[in-house]
Amino acid sequence: MIKTEGLGMEFRVGFLRKKVTALKGLTLEVKKGEVFGFLGPNGAGKTTTLKILMGLIYPTSGKAWIMGRDIRDVDVKKGLGFLPEQPYFYEYLTAREFMDFYGRLFGIRKGERAARAAELLEMVGLSHAVDLQLRKFSKGMQQRIGIAQALINDPELIILDEPMSGLDPIGRKEVRDIMMGLKEKGKTIFFSTHILPDVEVICDRVGILVKGELRATGTVGEMLGSMEARMVEMTMEGLGPDDVKAVGALSSNMVTRGRDVVAFFDDPDKARKAREIVFSKGGDIVSLIPHRGSLEDIFVEEVRKGSGK
Amino acid sequence: MKVYSIALNTFKEVIRDKIFYSLVFFALLMLGTSVLLSTLTLGERTKIIEDISLAGVSFFGVVISIFVGIGLVYKELEKKTIYTIISKPIKRYQFLLGKYLGLALTLLVYVSVMSACILLVLYLSNGIWAGSLMPAVLMTYFEFLIITAAALLFSTFSTPTLSATYTLAIYIIGHLTGDLKGLAAKIGQPVIKKVIEILYYGLPNLENFNIKGQVVHGVSLPPGYYVMAVSYGLLYAAGILAVAVMVFQRRNFK
Repeated sequence: MIKTEGLGMEFRVGFLRKKVTALKGLTLEVKKGEVFGFLGPNGAGKTTTLKILMGLIYPTSGKAWIMGRDIRDVDVKKGLGFLPEQPYFYEYLTAREFMDFYGRLFGIRKGERAARAAELLEMVGLSHAVDLQLRKFSKGMQQRIGIAQALINDPELIILDEPMSGLDPIGRKEVRDIMMGLKEKGKTIFFSTHILPDVEVICDRVGILVKGELRATGTVGEMLGSMEARMVEMTMEGLGPDDVKAVGALSSNMVTRGRDVVAFFDDPDKARKAREIVFSKGGDIVSLIPHRGSLEDIFVEEVRKGSGK
Repeated sequence: MKVYSIALNTFKEVIRDKIFYSLVFFALLMLGTSVLLSTLTLGERTKIIEDISLAGVSFFGVVISIFVGIGLVYKELEKKTIYTIISKPIKRYQFLLGKYLGLALTLLVYVSVMSACILLVLYLSNGIWAGSLMPAVLMTYFEFLIITAAALLFSTFSTPTLSATYTLAIYIIGHLTGDLKGLAAKIGQPVIKKVIEILYYGLPNLENFNIKGQVVHGVSLPPGYYVMAVSYGLLYAAGILAVAVMVFQRRNFK
């Protein structure tokens, strides 16, 4: 559905026209029917990529296709829905007028426009607010009507820029449920985010972008499987100050909670050695929890590598 | 259809905007004041009302053209609403043209409302039917079209403050181009003479649309004059819009 080849973007900023590279040779493919999560820290170039795909900015190098057509072809957008980051809309319009306006831009007939608008507003849970001006909408409502406008043309491909950012947990869940619903209908979704728990739940595949470079792509399962190192979290009690220090030297991180000491080990061997110390000093182990690697660990690791730290 | 939708949306945007309301309010206030002022003068009561109300329509129309015009594109960029438009199957020129026509439509409504008010005021206060004033009001509309196009052009690449300054400069120079021609005739230095001549022909001559003096004093103008002035206004505005489209087409929306 989406294909990019060596997509690059350079900006000139400031008085001296200093060159800033926002995106370096991005080559990526999103397949039909999949939910692709585009991850990266702030400023990684996620929004830049989406803006290029939408024709809002022109890349300085490389090419991109959507549904097999060059993105410069305006007709590509007939089968496309887009929700920008932290969207602001025409606040002087009511929800109904707003939906009608976007329907007109696709040349949808009047009767169909009204029917689609009503159906979508119902889907995003805004049917109570059809005649309310958008300036009176809460942030969560704005986000939901943003999704509704992106779907007015019943698109095959939906591109969302940070759809969950700035929302409360309930708002996030609502957006996530809408995305799951679209996935069930066989739509392709490409979205950028830095909210990782959501990604694990809904994405088929993810790509990690750091400083304009794509560091990794794969299914969530593949990504997690690649994590060899297992974290071990161990809670101990009854240790003297010197023993705590000895354990601390082995651990990667240690905190004291009342009488308990909680230590984290990035190597099972080190955890075993720490256990020996605890038993030999007459201490006790309250709990021992092996941590499975999470997407967050991979993410943090890639960002660290990418930043050269 | 697409251009029309954007124009209609822009029309709604402007008429639901406080700035527009307050400017129309002040224009009407000025009309009311002209009646009060006329009672203080001896003789020529009607002329006072005619002069002031025509000047008022023109002045506030220009203010609307400049201050609403510079915000048309800038607001869309600032609030990023343009993202949702450009991501639809819309060409950039269609967007720009829609924004322009939306304000042009609003100005047409403004001019119509003001005309009706002038006719009403003159009828009620002095009992005369001032239909002969209407050509002057209509001609200022074409001046608004040029000013709006200029404001739109500047706002595609500049900040609102600078755009307003540039557009205001165009408006002022546009009313003084006659003097430029006179200046060129007097200057002997050929290079400077040429530069002034280029400025004279390049900048809009907005005095073409100022026939207030003639209508108030009952001087009739040949139909050919109207045809020429209207064609000039439309062509000039179209020219500015073409440049605006070229600038806008190349722009990255940050």
